[in-house]
Amino acid sequence: MSGYLQQLLVGTVVTIELAAVSLLIAFSIGLIGAVARLSSSRWLTIPAAFYTTLIRAVPDLVLMLLLYYSVQNLVNLLTDALGQPQIEIDPFLAGVSVLGFIYGAYFTETLRGAVKAVPRGQLEAATAFGLSPWQVFWRILFPQMMRFALPGISNNWQVILKATALVSIIGLHEVIYAAQGAIKGSSWPGGAHVLFYLLMVALLYLVLTILSNFLFAYLEKRYAAGFERVAR
Amino acid sequence: MIDLIKQYWLPFLWGSPDHISGLAMTLWLTVISCAIGFVFSLPLSVARAAGPGWIRRIIWLFTFVFRGTPLYVQLLIIYSGIYGLDFVRNTPGLGSFFKVALNCTILAFTLNTCAYMTELLTGALRATPRGELEAAHSLGLAGLNLYRRIVLPSALRRALPAFSNEVILMLHATSLASVATVPDLLKVARDAYADYYLPFPAFGIAALLYACLSVTFISLFRKAEQKWLKHLSTT
Repeated sequence: MSGYLQQLLVGTVVTIELAAVSLLIAFSIGLIGAVARLSSSRWLTIPAAFYTTLIRAVPDLVLMLLLYYSVQNLVNLLTDALGQPQIEIDPFLAGVSVLGFIYGAYFTETLRGAVKAVPRGQLEAATAFGLSPWQVFWRILFPQMMRFALPGISNNWQVILKATALVSIIGLHEVIYAAQGAIKGSSWPGGAHVLFYLLMVALLYLVLTILSNFLFAYLEKRYAAGFERVAR
Repeated sequence: MIDLIKQYWLPFLWGSPDHISGLAMTLWLTVISCAIGFVFSLPLSVARAAGPGWIRRIIWLFTFVFRGTPLYVQLLIIYSGIYGLDFVRNTPGLGSFFKVALNCTILAFTLNTCAYMTELLTGALRATPRGELEAAHSLGLAGLNLYRRIVLPSALRRALPAFSNEVILMLHATSLASVATVPDLLKVARDAYADYYLPFPAFGIAALLYACLSVTFISLFRKAEQKWLKHLSTT
């Protein structure tokens, strides 16, 4: 049993990695998407609006299966055409790209609101001081935007963390996969092993939720530095 | 691809004499879970906002556990964990309930959405303006009448946008039912995929139908907001 519990912990590490890398990808897509949605060019706003609306209208599990199997199908067609042996897409790579792509749409909306909340005068003043557009973004917009974005980021993180559970369906060896392995390999009197290992998974997710709550409370305090006195 | 559509449009949309369609099953799962979850969330949120301390803590624990773990894990616990216990299997009433995948999915979805609805309704209850309560007290309303006539209608209106969000999330979450072999939209899509090995049309049609359902639900809720939140509109 301790061997199986160890496997659960290994699976939990994969779950954390999966969620963290997906968050990074989704956040990056969200930044690009938010800037695109707020740009003055229609060539950027319309595709960005299309992306966020369509992705958010379809369940993540459906999108995951659609993207995973379609891309695998395309890869197979390609390798067949070239006469090469078939390539299996790495489930971790598939998981992070699909989760990143899906939650990028949610981040686009979150960050769009946050970017809009930063007063325009700040950006104009920075430009007037001779800062380059990149410097305006990185030094002025980004730090102030984060304060408004953090509650949304925290929310999206919790959703991504729970969405990682679905990636076991496309074959990634994360915590649920490990639990299913443990269930198959053991047989307790009364059949309690199934419930036990699944409850352990739930417990691990709860611990991750509690830890991330603490982390985001700290970050929110940090990015709100200098504002609390003004508010009171 | 034409063959796939020819063979599967009936299971997707219309069903057959002995099976309801994937679309109908998805709608049914969404409506029944949200309806039961909502009914239970009313007393739970009132107790969580105004009940004695120990009741508040128990309800907080319930919402925390169900919102802090993935719905997929909750479904697995109910569908295979509980039914895996010998004593559940051998107890006549329990065994026959948990044996049916549809019962397990509805139970899991209901508990999950009830937790979220309780939490958002609690937030709306706590945001009740003091003036409304004072006005109600001055008219002699108290106890159940106060809640039935003033506090709950006011809080439910305020919570409407959040409810709309939760119902859409639940609609999307019902796609998990396919994992427990319940014949919803995604299950039909998976069968179609297994038959033809054409992932894009099989899952694409399902994605399109889910998108149409989402748009329909959103516009229905927008109508409801126009009706019940008219007094809050700034324009």
